[in-house]
Amino acid sequence: MNFHPMAETSFPVQQIRRDFPILDQMINGYPLAYLDNAASSQKPLAVISAIDHCYRHDYANVHRGIHALSERSTAAFEAARHKVQTFINAASEKEIIFVRGTTEAINLVAQSYARPLLQPGDEIIITAMEHHSNIVPWQLVCEQTGAKLKVVAINEVGELDMEQMISCLNDRSRLLALTHISNVLGTINPIVDIITLAHKHGIAVLVDGAQAVPHLTLDVQALDCDFYAFSGHKMYGPSGIGILYGKRELLEDMPPYHGGGQMIQTVSFEKSTYAELPHKFEAGTPHIAGAIGLGAAIDYLNEIGMQFIAAHEDRLLDYASEALAEIKGLRITGQAKAKSSIVSFVIDGIHPHDIATVLDQLGIAVRAGHHCAMPLIKYLGVIATTRASFALYNTTDEIDRLVQGLEKAKALLA
Amino acid sequence: MNNMLRELYQETILDHNRHPHNYQHKPTGANRCAHGYNPICGDELTLYLTVENGVIEDLGFDGHGCAISIASASLMTEALKGKQVEEAEQLFNKMHELLTTEQSPANVSDVGKLKVLQGVRIYPMRVKCATLAWHTLQAALHQTDEPVTTE
Repeated sequence: MNFHPMAETSFPVQQIRRDFPILDQMINGYPLAYLDNAASSQKPLAVISAIDHCYRHDYANVHRGIHALSERSTAAFEAARHKVQTFINAASEKEIIFVRGTTEAINLVAQSYARPLLQPGDEIIITAMEHHSNIVPWQLVCEQTGAKLKVVAINEVGELDMEQMISCLNDRSRLLALTHISNVLGTINPIVDIITLAHKHGIAVLVDGAQAVPHLTLDVQALDCDFYAFSGHKMYGPSGIGILYGKRELLEDMPPYHGGGQMIQTVSFEKSTYAELPHKFEAGTPHIAGAIGLGAAIDYLNEIGMQFIAAHEDRLLDYASEALAEIKGLRITGQAKAKSSIVSFVIDGIHPHDIATVLDQLGIAVRAGHHCAMPLIKYLGVIATTRASFALYNTTDEIDRLVQGLEKAKALLA
Repeated sequence: MNNMLRELYQETILDHNRHPHNYQHKPTGANRCAHGYNPICGDELTLYLTVENGVIEDLGFDGHGCAISIASASLMTEALKGKQVEEAEQLFNKMHELLTTEQSPANVSDVGKLKVLQGVRIYPMRVKCATLAWHTLQAALHQTDEPVTTE
């Protein structure tokens, strides 16, 4: 594809929309406007075809059979791992662990990295803007070890309180786990500065990258993060597949998370020895077609170019922020300077679920509720929010329809 | 406005949402109380009743939620004031049928004004909003300690 990054009209959004068959449908008599991408994104034909091709032509178990299909399947599965490695610029394929999603990746680190390390009184640090998946695994490991969970606050615009972050880091801190981009506020955290700061204190950092990977160009070596977790389904790939990136020296020292087939070298009833990385952490038959589909999603994103996707989504964010601010009684929750294409808001006197029902009747899909971030919602002093989140296939027309829909909701319900 | 939406958000429902009856009202001498909470959507409701000699002398509720859940609680408290507990149980069964069965029940007029809620039936994700108040009522009448949920 050839288009200039600076020219607004040159991003081929209509052409891109044709790559996503699901978008071409009517909902309640209106064309679908899918604005719930932070929950899960839709899949391009390239991904659907890769999965179809796998099951039609190449499917067998991986790393096991001495036959043509198993070899083909294994080659495609490992090629997907290589694509992930290149996409996030990891130093080695051994650092790319296939998991079910971000949630499993974080639980793996909590149980295999943090749990053996933690002593009573040690501290795990998280932030007030975390998703439940980056809170609960740490609460569990704290209960198991007697460690304490500390929470870094956010300010009124939805940015991390860096002074408090600095004061939280001390010689009892063992791990800092934080999100790269907030799934509610859209805030992009200054992750490089934070990692540098944590490393000065000898503290390892896990980054929840679920929202960031589909929007930003990622380089885990430049970030110098110790762990980076993300999901396939938010980056146009299948659900049920995700990635844990970990620095090799850390992963080498960690015990396996699950036991079973594939993750062993030898097994006897007295003792088993474990396979090399990355297989040590991949017990059981993996989601083979899912990994291949994720590889196809990465090819698709590379073909368009992450920098062009980011520029398009930034334009959508600016357009939406401006248009929504015009609506009387609407308040955007999350006004950070650095923001991704996620806009959460509340409207005086109207519950978000009623807004979502009205919008759905107009063919517009948004999310309403606590977005799996109940502590953050409570912190914001609201009951719930409505959230519109934009992807590479969204258009300014869809944002206009969102605004009109919200005016209708106000006319009906306020 | 879209007809489907009018069917769901009938004027009566919108009125009861804007000005809920028996809201933030804890009757003096309340001797029954139950808590309803739908954690996924966040709707929360506390119901207070004064029951004397098998009659609901007074009742009120507190909490927050969407228009459907607030209107449903408001309409319910209005309908039950002065009713016998037995009648309340019968109304619960009728409302349950009205809100959860695919076809509109033949005797829909039995529930009087409450029939405005029947539009909820075609919104599977919203039925739980309308039923929360009624299940909380059941818990209050049967003195269940556990919080009620309809999710």
